[in-house]
Amino acid sequence: MAEPTLLYLDGVTVSFDGFKALDALSLVLEPGEMRAVIGPNGAGKTTMMDVITGKTRPEEGHVVFGSDIDLRKLDEPAIARLGIGRKFQRPTVFEPLSVRDNLLLALAGDRGPRFALWARETAHERMRIDDLLETIRLTDERDRRAANLSHGQKQWLEIGMLLAQDPKLLLVDEPVAGMTDAETEATAELLRKINQKSSIVVVEHDMAFVRALGVKVTVLHEGKVLAEGSIDTIQNNPRVVEVYLGR
Amino acid sequence: MRLDGGAIATLACLLGGAALLAIFNLAIAAGSALHVPSFVVSIVGKYLCYAILALAVDLVWGYAGILTLGHAAFFALGGYAMGMYLMREIGARGVYANPTLPDFMVFIGWNKLPWYWYGSEHFLFALILVVLVPGILAFVFGWFAFRSRVSGVYLSIITQALTYALMLAFFRNDMGFGGNNGMTDFKDIIGFPLDKETTSVGLMLATAVILSLAYLLARATTRSRFGKVLIAVRDAEPRTRFLGYRPESYKLVVWTLSAVIAGIGGALYVPQVGIINPSEFAPANSIEAVIWVAVGGRGTLSGAILGAVLVNLGKTWLTSALPDVWLFAIGGLFILVTLFLPRGLIGLFSGRGSTTAERGRQSAASEAVMREAAE
Amino acid sequence: MTRKSGGGRFLWGAFAAALLLPLAAGLGAAHAAGDPFLPLAATNFDIEAQGVEALATSGNPRAAAVIGALRDGNLFAWKWPRPNPPLYIRTTKGFVDARTGMAVANPPVSVNLRRVIVNDSVRAAIETAEGALGLFAKATADRRKAAEALFQSANPGALPLIRRALKAETDAGVARVLREAEAAALLKSNSGSDRARIAAVKRLAERSDLSARNLLASLHNQKPAITAAIATAIHAIDYRLKLWGLLENVYYGISLGAVLLLAAAGLAITFGVMDVINMAHGEMVMIGAYTTFVVQQLIAASLPALNGFGLLFAVPAAFLVAGGIGVVVERTLIRFLYGRPLETLLATWGLSLILQQAVRSIFGATNQDVTSPAWMSGSLQLGGLVLTINRLWIILFAVLVLGALMATLRWGGLGRSIRAVMQNRSMAAVMGIRTPWIDALTFGLGSGIAGIAGVALSQIDNVSPNLGQNYIVDSFIVVVVGGVGNLWGTLFGAMLVGIVDKFVEPFEGAVLAKILVLAFLILFIQRRPQGLFPLKGRAAEA
Repeated sequence: MAEPTLLYLDGVTVSFDGFKALDALSLVLEPGEMRAVIGPNGAGKTTMMDVITGKTRPEEGHVVFGSDIDLRKLDEPAIARLGIGRKFQRPTVFEPLSVRDNLLLALAGDRGPRFALWARETAHERMRIDDLLETIRLTDERDRRAANLSHGQKQWLEIGMLLAQDPKLLLVDEPVAGMTDAETEATAELLRKINQKSSIVVVEHDMAFVRALGVKVTVLHEGKVLAEGSIDTIQNNPRVVEVYLGR
Repeated sequence: MRLDGGAIATLACLLGGAALLAIFNLAIAAGSALHVPSFVVSIVGKYLCYAILALAVDLVWGYAGILTLGHAAFFALGGYAMGMYLMREIGARGVYANPTLPDFMVFIGWNKLPWYWYGSEHFLFALILVVLVPGILAFVFGWFAFRSRVSGVYLSIITQALTYALMLAFFRNDMGFGGNNGMTDFKDIIGFPLDKETTSVGLMLATAVILSLAYLLARATTRSRFGKVLIAVRDAEPRTRFLGYRPESYKLVVWTLSAVIAGIGGALYVPQVGIINPSEFAPANSIEAVIWVAVGGRGTLSGAILGAVLVNLGKTWLTSALPDVWLFAIGGLFILVTLFLPRGLIGLFSGRGSTTAERGRQSAASEAVMREAAE
Repeated sequence: MTRKSGGGRFLWGAFAAALLLPLAAGLGAAHAAGDPFLPLAATNFDIEAQGVEALATSGNPRAAAVIGALRDGNLFAWKWPRPNPPLYIRTTKGFVDARTGMAVANPPVSVNLRRVIVNDSVRAAIETAEGALGLFAKATADRRKAAEALFQSANPGALPLIRRALKAETDAGVARVLREAEAAALLKSNSGSDRARIAAVKRLAERSDLSARNLLASLHNQKPAITAAIATAIHAIDYRLKLWGLLENVYYGISLGAVLLLAAAGLAITFGVMDVINMAHGEMVMIGAYTTFVVQQLIAASLPALNGFGLLFAVPAAFLVAGGIGVVVERTLIRFLYGRPLETLLATWGLSLILQQAVRSIFGATNQDVTSPAWMSGSLQLGGLVLTINRLWIILFAVLVLGALMATLRWGGLGRSIRAVMQNRSMAAVMGIRTPWIDALTFGLGSGIAGIAGVALSQIDNVSPNLGQNYIVDSFIVVVVGGVGNLWGTLFGAMLVGIVDKFVEPFEGAVLAKILVLAFLILFIQRRPQGLFPLKGRAAEA
């Protein structure tokens, strides 16, 4: 291919006990792109993330990262090491550890136990952590236990951990659920900033937030792509309107 | 490695206490009120061995979240490895005066040493076995268990099944380890007669030193980046996986290390109590070791040591004073500690949240979160 | 013995007298001509022995009583020569006439009587006779028993007797055994044509049990054709014995499986449905067994008329006692630990220690004696299978308990609530179900089932404080293998573990069987760790 895609899903099918969570789903993501994925409950958004990150294996279809890496053959850690980060809906940080240590563990580098046993924190790592703390506005909380952070701060810490991975692709699941308006605004800004270096797939319910991002939108419904395009075309698409409002 | 106040206090208590005990036993005449009788020395030696086991259990349960109900198996295997050496050390002084074969083999009519006893007459070889046997078993077991992502109570139950199966196996005479009676009537260890006071003091001191070393090793491990990953795995295993870590390899390393430490504890235990038999594999022993850790404070190394010593003090006292009450007491302890003292005595007294021991509702909540994330 | 040494002449004389005397007296008593009792009064052992045999096969209704009296030394004859001498049987109430069994109006004076004594040959005759007596008994079961005894003795001398019995026999089953006995006697006698002997060998081969095999194996120095037939027969018997042995193992496996099923069914509720790992489950079983003991004691003390039916009262009692303890435990302990399986494990382990020690303090550490009622003892023969009745009852009981449990969960009001709470706790609460009570009752139900298992176990195992410990590990294996939260799976798991255990046992010994089952568990959990959560417990939605 002349211009390789970053992520290429084709005909991906996943079913649980006969229920098709994904039904021949296809999706193409260009390098550097940010994509918003919306859809009603049960549309297959989380399952799609599971397939990309190796948690769920599709029965059919292709999942290709970069030009030729078949993600179906890899497990979660291997996919994570390729540079695919994932943020869960509810913030999951390592609560007993300090904010710094959370970032330290997330920093790109050797993930083996032998390395971890003897690893000393390098000056480079210290610098990276300081930068990240700055980015996620947690410099003052650096030595607090993550358990003691507010909900919004935990969300940010988790985003910071994803950044620390130097991901090529970030999968973000409902990043602004439970956030205040100001926090939502800041998060959109943060994502745009991250997008300068990484591609991003955002799953979100909050239409205002999707609009604020101003990116291409994919609508999932019953495990298939229902529509794709700018937020305005999507909102005027009669089928989308029917799915969201018709019932 | 820098030592903070807590670590220094722990080491001082261990080494200082052991040294004082030795002095009051050896240097003060038997008639004096200050004299420490020898049986106290060997009981303390025994407690210190239990403390090593507790340390091993805490390493996997407190830091990696693996509730082991089978660590007594590694303890007992280390003990058997040492017992084999002590048995051979008896030599021709046994009842049957056979220079090579231990008494129990002569008794069941064997006339040749089985191959797995070769070399057991060398102390050094015994030491290698003490490390290798529990280590290899733990590695193989862990390799299968962790790779297939067995965790939680399922892992606990199969660790219990492991020690139970080993107990049944060692009960068999044709295993070649003395069957029901195990091994006993030891005479001496590397030339030191076991019935002499100086030997028991020496063994007790050696145990204190090795416990201190194990403590330092465990401390270094848990404070390294490795230890931080372990804690991350313990509280949010799926998250670590999505960060690119393989939790199974971390668990495997700490599990094997812990088994080796437990085995060393068992090896020190056998010469001090003078017997090793299959009942050491009993699942109840493993679970009791877990409660030592819980009482002292899960996820704190000094807590594990404290718990082992305190609970066993109580056991020694109760089983002689009020034997019927002991099971009520230990049973009640299980319930009270899990309900009301999730952070153990150390957590109760230190007040400030230690970095790792935060348990209870909060972490239960986070477990639930992670479970949701995992689905 | 002086009479024996009396020599031939005297012997023959007595014989002649014995034969002639009844003839002489024959005109006096109409029936005396064939008086079968007369030889017993003879003073010659050979006549006596023949008389015993003759009497036995005569079909006389008094034969059994008289021969029995002779064996026990209670038969007395008139001491002085006279025709048709009277015979008496001494009973605890005095003498009765041996021929009629009627009490004697004028008790004879002991000076006039002599005890009829026996020697070895008479004793042997008595033994054969008692066997033969049965052949002509009224009850089919008695005839069958007698025929079986004759088969076992394989006595060539009994051949005529057997043939006579065969002619008279009406029951097909008894006739078959008689033919087997005939074959055995014939083979032992070294008589008969080759064809008859080969037919006999075949008949034994059809019988196909260990005694037939042993009998065939004991025949040496036969003609080649017969030797070949014997070899074929032994081969065939061995094959069939193996098949029966296999079936027997299956039966033992199923009965062990039934025990495991009972112990695991409650666990399937608490562990499978509620996701609560209760290490004190075995102690609930133990409490059920002790309840059985107490109920039995109470009935023996106050209502001895109901002695055989204690178990019927023990089942509900054990359910209520263990279930009640379960409810209390859930309310005071378990409910604080939901979602924390490892802590639950430790706390319930502590509970198990307390319960064990409590029972030990109350009842003592020794085994308590729970007796099995008569209707639960004995065994049943089914072809080559011997089925013990108490195991059969336990299998039946396990099936009933499982069925009742399934019905409760499926159709019962409590069952519906349980399923609702387990599937969606908050929705159930909104619908007005009091979820905390459902938790308590579910746990009580699981514990109560464990108590019922204890009733069954009290019939086959020692009732001691450690009773539960022996079953807890196996129960967990069953629940895990069968798939958590699925009672059909529990049934499958119990039978699988039971049968595997019993099949490995004969080859490798009980201990290794256990080790292998444990190893199997370890491998199984590792192979299918994900397949173990078909139902989502509360933890998944907390």
